[in-house]
Amino acid sequence: MTEFEPNIIGFLCNWCSYAGADLAGTSRMKYPPNIKSIRVMCSGRVDTVFILDALKKGADGVLVAGCHPGDCHYQSGNYKTNRRIKLLKKLLGDMGVEPRRVRFEYISASEGQKFAKVVTDFVDELKKMGPNPLKTLQD
Amino acid sequence: MDKKKTDSKDKKLQIAFYWAASCGGCEIAVLDIDEAILDVAAAADILFWPVAIDTKYKDVEAMKDNTIDVCFFNGAVRTSEQEHLANLLRKKSKILVAFGACSISGGIPGLANIASREEIFKTAYLDNPSTENPDKTIPKTSVKVKEGELTLPEFYDTVKTLDQVVDVDYYLPGCPPSPWLITDAIDAIIKNKLPPKGSVLAPMKSVCDECRFEKSEKKIKSIKRIYELDKIEDKCFLEQGVICMGPATRAGCRGKCMEGNMPCTGCGGLLPNSLDQGASMISALASILGVEGEENMTDEEVDKLIEQVKDVVGTFYKYTLPASLINRRVMK
Repeated sequence: MTEFEPNIIGFLCNWCSYAGADLAGTSRMKYPPNIKSIRVMCSGRVDTVFILDALKKGADGVLVAGCHPGDCHYQSGNYKTNRRIKLLKKLLGDMGVEPRRVRFEYISASEGQKFAKVVTDFVDELKKMGPNPLKTLQD
Repeated sequence: MDKKKTDSKDKKLQIAFYWAASCGGCEIAVLDIDEAILDVAAAADILFWPVAIDTKYKDVEAMKDNTIDVCFFNGAVRTSEQEHLANLLRKKSKILVAFGACSISGGIPGLANIASREEIFKTAYLDNPSTENPDKTIPKTSVKVKEGELTLPEFYDTVKTLDQVVDVDYYLPGCPPSPWLITDAIDAIIKNKLPPKGSVLAPMKSVCDECRFEKSEKKIKSIKRIYELDKIEDKCFLEQGVICMGPATRAGCRGKCMEGNMPCTGCGGLLPNSLDQGASMISALASILGVEGEENMTDEEVDKLIEQVKDVVGTFYKYTLPASLINRRVMK
C-alpha cells in the first residue's frame, strides 16, 4: 500500500515568505513536494473563505505564511491574518475538522531553512492525521 | 405574443405556498404585506397553502405539470416528506421561489447540522430534563401495531437547502422576507418583469448600506454582548464592540433590527460574490479586533481576544450553515 501523501495549499506573502521559499529552492534545500504555493501580495490578503474553500475542495492542509511581526510590507496585514486564523481554527474545531490542518507561520525572506522545516513538519503531521475528512463529506 | 396577453388577462395567476422545516413566520410574513394582499387575491388563485386553506397533497399530485405559475416554498428540507413535496411542487410549478432564509440557506433549523440525527433524537426524546419517556421511544419510520402499519416521514441526518434538492428559480431572502421585498416580487411576477432566473430578489448591497448608524473607522478593544453595553450609542454596533453581521449580510431589510437597537444577525444571507457568509464575517471581525497596540501584543493576549467570541457557528452561521463551505459537522 502506498503511503498517504497530503495535499497542501500554501498562501505565501510576496515580500517575505515567497522569497523565503525561493531561497529554499535556490539553496537546493530538500523539502517534500506536497505543497502547492500560491503567491499573494500579503498574508493579510488571505480571506478565511479561501482557506475553507481549499479545505472543501480537498486540500489536506493549508499553510499561510507571512512576514514576522513588525516586518509587514503593508504594516499590519500579518497581524490581521494571525487573528483571522485563530478565529477560523475555533470554527474548524466546532465543525469537527482538526484545527491543525490550518497553519500560520512567520517566514522571512532569509529563512529558507525555516520554510523547508515548516513544510517537512507539516507534511509529517498531516500524514499522522490522515486525509481531510471533508473530502468524503456529502455536498 | 398576443395569445399570451389574452391568456394573462383571462386567467388569474395560479399560486401555491408550502412550508417545510420552518417556524411558520414566513407564512405570517405573507400577511404582513397588509392591504396589498387584496391585490394578490384579485390577481391570483391560491391552489395550495396548507397553513391557510384545506387542500391535500393528493390535490397537488392530481395537477398537471406546470399548473402552478408560482410556488413560494419556505423552510429547509429536513424530512423525506419535505423532500417529496419539494420534488412534487417543482414538477407542478413554472416558477419556484425559495422564500426566506431557511429554504435559501437552511436558516435556524439548519444549525442542527452541528449534530447528527442520533444526537438530536437523544436530546429531544431522552435527555431533555422536561421530557418523560420511560419506554425510551424515539421516532421510527414505520411501526407495526395490531391494526396494521403506522408510518412517519424519515428524519434526515443533514438539513438541506431547497436548491440542494431541486432547481430553484428565485430567492427571496430574510427571516422572514420583508413585506416590501414580497410586494416587489409579487408585483414583478404579475407584471411579468422578473429578473433572470437564479436572481436574489433583494438589493445587491450589504445591510450596512441601509443601517441608520453613523460609521467611522472600526477598531474594537473587546467584544460585548448587547446587554453589557451601559448605553447604546448612536454609532455602528461593531464600533461599540457588539458583533453585528451587517457587513457580511445582504440588504433588503432597511436595517430594521438596528432601528430597534439590536445588531444584525445575518438573516439576509450571503452577499453577492461571497462563498461563505460566516467566513466573510470572521475575516471582517478579526481584522478590526484589538487593532490598537497590536504590534506590542503577545500571542497569548491575541488568544484572549479571540476567546471572547463564544459561539462561532451560532454567531456567524446562524442562517447559512447548510449552505456554507463546511455544511455540517464532521462526525467521528
